[in-house]
Amino acid sequence: MQGVKQKALELLTGGKADRVLGWRRGETFYDPTPGVFASAEEVERDFVFDAFCGANLSKYLIALDRAEGVTAVFLKPCDSYSLVQLIKEHRIHREKVYIVGVACEGMCGYDALMKAGIEGVLSFEEEGDALKVHTLYGDTVIARKDALLSKCEHCKSKRIVTYDELLGEQGDEVADSGRFDEVARLEKMTPEDRFAFWQNELSRCIRCNACRNVCPACSCEKCVFDNPDSGIRNKAAADSFEENMFHIIRAFHVASRCTDCGECTRVCPQRIPLHLLNRKFIKDINELYGEYQAGADFDTRPALLNFQTGDCEPSIVHVRGGERA
Amino acid sequence: MKQIALNRLDELFAAISARQTLLIPQQLENGDAEFRPWSAEAKLYTGLKTSRSAKDAFFPQVENLVGFKVSEQGIELMDTRDEVQPFTLFGVRGCDARSFDILDRVFLAEPVDTFYADRRAAATVVTLACNRPETTCFCQSFGIDPSRPAGDVTCWMDAENLYWQPNTDKGRALTEALSLLEEGEEARAKRVEEDIQAVLKRLPLKDLSLDHVGAGKTKALFDRPEWAELSEACLGCGACTFVCPTCQCYDIEEFKSGGSVRRFRCWDSCMYSDFTLMSAGQPRPTQTERFRQRFMHKLVYYPDNQDGLFSCVGCGRCLVKCPIHMNIVKVINALKEGTA
Ligand code: SF4
Ligand code: SF4
Ligand code: SF4
Ligand code: SF4
Repeated sequence: MQGVKQKALELLTGGKADRVLGWRRGETFYDPTPGVFASAEEVERDFVFDAFCGANLSKYLIALDRAEGVTAVFLKPCDSYSLVQLIKEHRIHREKVYIVGVACEGMCGYDALMKAGIEGVLSFEEEGDALKVHTLYGDTVIARKDALLSKCEHCKSKRIVTYDELLGEQGDEVADSGRFDEVARLEKMTPEDRFAFWQNELSRCIRCNACRNVCPACSCEKCVFDNPDSGIRNKAAADSFEENMFHIIRAFHVASRCTDCGECTRVCPQRIPLHLLNRKFIKDINELYGEYQAGADFDTRPALLNFQTGDCEPSIVHVRGGERA
Repeated sequence: MKQIALNRLDELFAAISARQTLLIPQQLENGDAEFRPWSAEAKLYTGLKTSRSAKDAFFPQVENLVGFKVSEQGIELMDTRDEVQPFTLFGVRGCDARSFDILDRVFLAEPVDTFYADRRAAATVVTLACNRPETTCFCQSFGIDPSRPAGDVTCWMDAENLYWQPNTDKGRALTEALSLLEEGEEARAKRVEEDIQAVLKRLPLKDLSLDHVGAGKTKALFDRPEWAELSEACLGCGACTFVCPTCQCYDIEEFKSGGSVRRFRCWDSCMYSDFTLMSAGQPRPTQTERFRQRFMHKLVYYPDNQDGLFSCVGCGRCLVKCPIHMNIVKVINALKEGTA
């Protein structure tokens, strides 16, 4: 995407924003870091926007909300859902952010290149639907769709929910994203097989908390799992039961507020498919309470925070066997 | 030197494992690799590195220290220590092999950590030269030679054979027990070594400069303004510390159920908000101080205490695994810029 850096400069010099939240160039090709830019010189020197800027910047706005003035931010479609959800939860004031929506064709990741067997990567160039990759062992080309971050493989929407201005075209929700296919496959398993699947995945967890700390829906000032006074703090799982509980409790806590931004899976150093837990909750919510997408608008209440007398009874969870009763 | 054909590797592993437990890097369903006990179905991972480092074999994430049973008669102490059996750790890369030296200086110094010491004594470490170092590798900056990694036994692999060079008494004892090893062709191992050397010269991080960090640099680096910007996006997760082969901090906690208490230790991270929490408060109140601690420890404090040795081995795991792509290379380079 062209013009993002130019826009950052413009916003700072034109006085529309007191600071810009974007990405700082890395040492090499795959490693830009989220950063706050206060001056045009800084933008000139360090700002970058390319296929490897996958990180969702929305959560940083909670802290920046306390700073004086307006923060300009670049949001991809999925990031905009996270921001709207945070605004709805009164964690961020809408008027404190100037949102530049950036159209998105899917972001790329180092892992995907490795998985495609591309070793010794030095740099890359975006060429239409492909990445030209320079490696220690010569040049190679990979289709962008094969280099995507896990969270972009089943993109749910190209729509930027809210913005002050737009770079590129506004898009639509993706009707056939296929994001629940894998969940449906898990639902068809026997309970024993499904338990074995999750035990195998979660047993690799090293409790680094990256999934929780990156999650825009996990915005508690002090997590119960960090609080020495909560009685349930644990830095590492003392047994496999606790390991499962950490993830299940977290999934419950974000249920119906989780926008399916996919950051948890992106950051997991152990590559645990956490998005499947969240998508299971979303699929169930859709089936039990009607279609609901967190962060898609400013008015609706998350299904699990909105008790209605006609809501399904809890027992339905046990009897319906994955289908809507 | 000895050697064995690659198509007989399973026989080699079976022979080692008949003698004692054998851990080798194995590919998981998701493509990552981990050190796991060898079994007849196990296949050696042919990629470069395991996701978690090899330190787990000596310093596991969670470990029971002692148990207590509380009853009306009083408190009964329970010995919960696992008995350590001799084992072989095969396929360790040069970076992880150096990390054992770094951990030794902490855990084997007085008072000796007997849990760690028992495992170190029980292990025979077989290392493997890195045929294809990655662009995230910078072990050579720390004087590590991945084409000839240290270990009780050093191995090289080409398309046909595994070459096997015992270096220590432990390594020679293992070698003597493996009658299936044949006489090795040193020239061929040497060729692998030279090929690796050629790749090393082309790695992008090969010229990482370390002159401005190291022992004695506390005053020069502690108050540098760069720390604020470097740490601004840090999530305060523990990913970088938990995948790091040289991170060594742990906490001691208790698991209580009914009348019994299990005291265990588990990895801790200086990146966590409660790491230095004490009754008098938190001396590292923001992520900037915590972040600075992690890198000052690796680049200044540890060298101060250990004859200049850095406690980073350049494995590159934190470069790949950090959710925001902050890492020790960026820190080293940023601190250099402002240095006169
Ligand atoms: S990011 Fe992955 S390894 Fe870390 S706590 Fe979450 S699930 Fe566990
Ligand atoms: S749980 Fe995962 S997908 Fe849901 S909002 Fe949090 S980081 Fe995003
Ligand atoms: S440097 Fe990266 S991996 Fe380490 S605590 Fe910060 S965000 Fe997590
Ligand atoms: S600091 Fe990073 S590169 Fe250095 S040893 Fe630890 S994980 Fe490896």
